[in-house]
Amino acid sequence: MDEIMVLAEHRGGELRDITFEMLTMANRLGKENDMVVTTLFLGHEAFDLSERLKGACDTILLMEDSELANYNADQYLMAMETVIKTRNPTLTLIGHTAMGMDLAPSMAARLSLPLASDCVEINLTERRLDVLRQIYGGKINAWLTMKPSDQYLITVRTGSFDAEVEQGKSADVQTVPAPSWTNIKGRQFLGYLEAALEDVDISAADILVSIGRGIGKPENIPLAQEFADSIGATLSCSRPVADEEWLPKSRQVGTSGKTVRPKIYIAFGISGAYQHQAGMKNADTIIAVNTDPRAPIFTIAHYGIVEDMFQVLSLLTEKFAKK
Amino acid sequence: MDIVVCVRQVPEVTDAELEINKDGTEILKEDLVMDINEWDNYAVEEAVRIKEAHGGKVTVVTLGDEDSENALRISLAMGADEAILINEEGFELSDAAGIAQGIYRAVRDLSFDLLLTGAQCSDDGWAQVGVILAEFLGLPYASLVVGVEINEGTMIVRRELESNTEEKLEIPMPAVLTIQTGINNPRYVSIMGIQKVRKIEIRETDSEELGLSEEEIGLKGSSVASQKLSLPPVGEGAEILEGSLDEICEKTAQIVRDKGVI
Repeated sequence: MDEIMVLAEHRGGELRDITFEMLTMANRLGKENDMVVTTLFLGHEAFDLSERLKGACDTILLMEDSELANYNADQYLMAMETVIKTRNPTLTLIGHTAMGMDLAPSMAARLSLPLASDCVEINLTERRLDVLRQIYGGKINAWLTMKPSDQYLITVRTGSFDAEVEQGKSADVQTVPAPSWTNIKGRQFLGYLEAALEDVDISAADILVSIGRGIGKPENIPLAQEFADSIGATLSCSRPVADEEWLPKSRQVGTSGKTVRPKIYIAFGISGAYQHQAGMKNADTIIAVNTDPRAPIFTIAHYGIVEDMFQVLSLLTEKFAKK
Repeated sequence: MDIVVCVRQVPEVTDAELEINKDGTEILKEDLVMDINEWDNYAVEEAVRIKEAHGGKVTVVTLGDEDSENALRISLAMGADEAILINEEGFELSDAAGIAQGIYRAVRDLSFDLLLTGAQCSDDGWAQVGVILAEFLGLPYASLVVGVEINEGTMIVRRELESNTEEKLEIPMPAVLTIQTGINNPRYVSIMGIQKVRKIEIRETDSEELGLSEEEIGLKGSSVASQKLSLPPVGEGAEILEGSLDEICEKTAQIVRDKGVI
């Protein structure tokens, strides 16, 4: 039977959510197309073969080797190459994560396979593959029809599918031998670096006033700080502000920064790239201020204000300072 | 330390209201300002900083139409020494592998210690080209790099992972790195700065010279058969507050007060 293969992603002995999100998608496609779903696990003595995983796929392939303890492109490429060449899965799903972005393109090149990266929706009918991507910073949706192929690689955007994967299957676990590591280019994993000590913990705040690229220049930051002070909020930001070092990295909300869940999140001049949304979409109340009515932030905000952020900032500060 | 940097000219869309052509195949670019891709800007800056610290030269390469020269001029003004333009509109509908193939042909005979690209482009956002290039070149690589420390024949790089975490790697040179934003603070380039480098000659090449046939580039060489673009629906989600600025701010203040956390 044709196969959909999901590459499990794990760090520090724990499975990452993207694994389950991809399984949700894979099981849907498997059901629609009468295909089996396989999870491929590369690692070393840290397998989290939880019941949750066994219940969500037909087969678990286990490759164990000390070289696979932490993700490294050199070894992962060889391991995946071995498995894909033996099993020829129709679809191979990999997370569009720091790991998948590092691995999938070179794998596609090595195996001469088509790769659709950063997909948020996938349709497979009669061997025709269509994928939905968000391009131009989330401002445009693009449905791509891929050319016919016996095999595809797809990287899946985090948060696109439900991590609460449906149970009901009972996977059998098969061991796959690791290849001999012959094609190694000398990349060495040295270790993980956790975030440095921070001035404020934004994830502990009840109210966050968050600023994005729209703040324009560092001289404008006191305007946002003043408003934040007037309502007892903490100041946070989106990636461009941290990249410019206008605020420390510890203030950054999003995939590579922090995930926050305040009671109120007020976003000023943040367009709302998915990486940012992933870090704040579970806030109780989200208010977004942006001059572009099509800014992606408005798709997840509860309230939207399409006005100049500086006028709104100064008027709001005035209203709260009076009380 | 000789460094090659791949850059790309993209439309600046942060503040733009985008429109799509009638066939739904492309956005309308006529009114958009074109600029160097943000990630590539950081890559050029990193290359120039490494050159300043360790000597050598920086060569920038781009693939696109004649207007792409702008991205090269910006890079030269930032401190790059040489520039190559793969002047070929035929790549317009190429997928990432097609673009990587074009760049590969142009750089494979160059001698370099380091090849840098941006981690992704702000238009298509495939985030593939740099890593594919590494595979084509048979070189070690690291993507999403936020720190580089050059040692003798090898370097220590930091990659950005999720949740405020990074990983530290050691990689022998020559190598390919894809650069993440925030790795440095790119220097500002003025019109005057670009004027100053306008006499630097840009080497031009095209697909024919690179030995690529029509079948290998553009739509024919792509793994994508067709694409259908649409604008995401407006107002899906947020209740847009209406009225005068004062009314809007009053409503906002009320929403905030009603949460009872102030």
